[in-house]
Amino acid sequence: MTPPADRPVVLEIQGLTKFFGGLRAVSDFGVTIRERELVGLIGPNGAGKTTVFNMITGIYVPSAGSIKFQGTELAEMAPHTITQIGIARTFQNIRLFPNLTVLDNVRIAYHPHAGYGMLDALTHGGKFTSLERELTEKAQDFLGVFRLQDRQGEIARNLPYGEQRRLEIARALAAEPKLLLLDEPAAGMNPAEVATLMDLIHFIRDRFSLTILLIEHQMRVVMGICEWMSVMDFGEVIARGTPQEIQANQRVIEAYLGRGAAALAQKLREKRTHAA
Amino acid sequence: MMARKLDRNSILFFGGALVLFAVVQILISVGVLTDYYSNILRIGAVMAIVSLGLNLIYGFNGQFSLGQWGFYAIGAYAAADLTYRWSKLHTANGLTVLLMVVLFVGLALWGLGRLLSRVRGLDILSAFGLYLVAVFAAAYLGVRVGGMLAEPVTGLLNAMPPKLASQLVFFLAVLLAGVVAAEVAYLFGLPVLTLGSDYFGIATLGFTIIVKVLLDNSDTMFGFEEMKGARGMIGIPHETTWAWVFVFLLAVVVITRNLLHSSEGRAVVSVREDEIAAKAMGIDVARYKNLAFVIGSLFAGLAGALYAHINGFLHPDNFNFIRSFDPMIIIVFGGLGSVTGTVVAAFGWAILLEGVLRLFLPAGFETWRFVVYPLLLLIMMLLRPSGLLGAFELPFLKRILPPLKATTPAATDAKGGPA
Repeated sequence: MTPPADRPVVLEIQGLTKFFGGLRAVSDFGVTIRERELVGLIGPNGAGKTTVFNMITGIYVPSAGSIKFQGTELAEMAPHTITQIGIARTFQNIRLFPNLTVLDNVRIAYHPHAGYGMLDALTHGGKFTSLERELTEKAQDFLGVFRLQDRQGEIARNLPYGEQRRLEIARALAAEPKLLLLDEPAAGMNPAEVATLMDLIHFIRDRFSLTILLIEHQMRVVMGICEWMSVMDFGEVIARGTPQEIQANQRVIEAYLGRGAAALAQKLREKRTHAA
Repeated sequence: MMARKLDRNSILFFGGALVLFAVVQILISVGVLTDYYSNILRIGAVMAIVSLGLNLIYGFNGQFSLGQWGFYAIGAYAAADLTYRWSKLHTANGLTVLLMVVLFVGLALWGLGRLLSRVRGLDILSAFGLYLVAVFAAAYLGVRVGGMLAEPVTGLLNAMPPKLASQLVFFLAVLLAGVVAAEVAYLFGLPVLTLGSDYFGIATLGFTIIVKVLLDNSDTMFGFEEMKGARGMIGIPHETTWAWVFVFLLAVVVITRNLLHSSEGRAVVSVREDEIAAKAMGIDVARYKNLAFVIGSLFAGLAGALYAHINGFLHPDNFNFIRSFDPMIIIVFGGLGSVTGTVVAAFGWAILLEGVLRLFLPAGFETWRFVVYPLLLLIMMLLRPSGLLGAFELPFLKRILPPLKATTPAATDAKGGPA
């Protein structure tokens, strides 16, 4: 396999800034992500992580800066176009289509690839029958990958929490992205569920040759699966590096625990090294 | 196997529809159903068509519209004017002019839409301004060209047997009325559908009021002498038979069903479910809001055109905004997002509330309508929020869950997949 540094750049963000009124939610954010990397974006609450996601996916228009996806500038594109050129996401608080079946949730994500037009849809003629069957079978295959195929007729909101998360990831993948953005995929999960989720993320990355950027609060998850990560605090990037580097980074510990606690942690560590 | 099952449902549905049609037609022909009752049935079918349109917009797409009555009015007056000109003034100029206007405006909307889709960052109101200019130019051109075509087309229609010619004019008038309503809806929807659902509701209410005021002044402001403004239009031929309304209702039901059971329909419903998630899944939310609004308004236009030819009399008061709530009541009773329920509720509304009850209740009932209806609506929302029929749909109209393939290969090799 080609070493990571030689692979083509998928996402390049430079100087990304967002103001909400007088509040600077994100300032001068930058990141470069290469193909098939699994990157984490961490930071305390309110650091601006989700705002970065919302700008990448076109929900917010950046106040300044550029977002380049495989060389295409995204800054003024409509959200649905951004999805269609290959970026899909999940949401922090799950956003399924709650009153539709599990199957239809996934089939909706296939819509841009459906291949038949309005006229075929209204008459059910022409290419409709064969393309609709093809689309349905593809969606069912996806549900199979996520072990949801027996749930296809279930109404989405009736699924247990863990399965809703899985369905949301399945739906995002059905949009056939090259870059997948996961917003706190482990939120509200118990340790066992978190472990399966970590396996799942690795698995989909390999199976669909994806590049993944994920926001996460649970250190166990990011440290366990991400190759490297960016740490944000108060809208700025304060550190960047591999899990080991980040764990030892003084500014990160300060951001998470506060200055006093960080100093305490430092002292404890020194004591331990002395004792050894 | 799936195909055969689908076929059986279709056969049952169309067979049942044919039997229903034949029974009612025979009862009307032999005189068991008097004019009064056949009138109620035709009104029921017309209301079913408007309500299906509204259900598409509100029930399936989630946009609260009170504007359907305005589109109904546009359809009614547009079609009535065409058939009036043919039957009373013996000219096809109404037909040719409207046909050309609709054609040119349609082309202008389509062409400008293609053009503007390439322009990035154009704000809604400037785009709307461009559309407005294009539409007026196209309409002017349409009037000119249509006027030139009037004489030869009149000659052509005169060469036909008169019965056939008037039926043809009527049929075309109804279709054109629908398309006119759809084009107005497209234009109106461009800026207004970007509003949130509540504000959209208020804007559409305003639309209905504007249409009513324009109709009140149709003779003085626009020079349509035959519409007679606030005095009411008379002399419209009575062309709407049970057969015509039935054919149109059946077509509307089948089109609605086909749309909903397709990827386009799922996109429409996804907008109701969660707009942000729909956008994130690559659905062009603005396009599908407009699509549902245009098709729903097309149905309203068709219904209005059919209504105009039942009594042969139109009055702007029939299109008062307060009556926008009639289709709203029907879809709440029938169930938001239920096709079968809407049709049943529309006939129930016509037969019970507008028909039978009037025979028994004292003369002052008219004025009590707007006390009785909201009360019924309130009771309904408390007791059966999902509509009278709940989740019931005829098998033909129901979403069929496709069977799983015998082997799902992907499921077996998901080693890293979750247990």
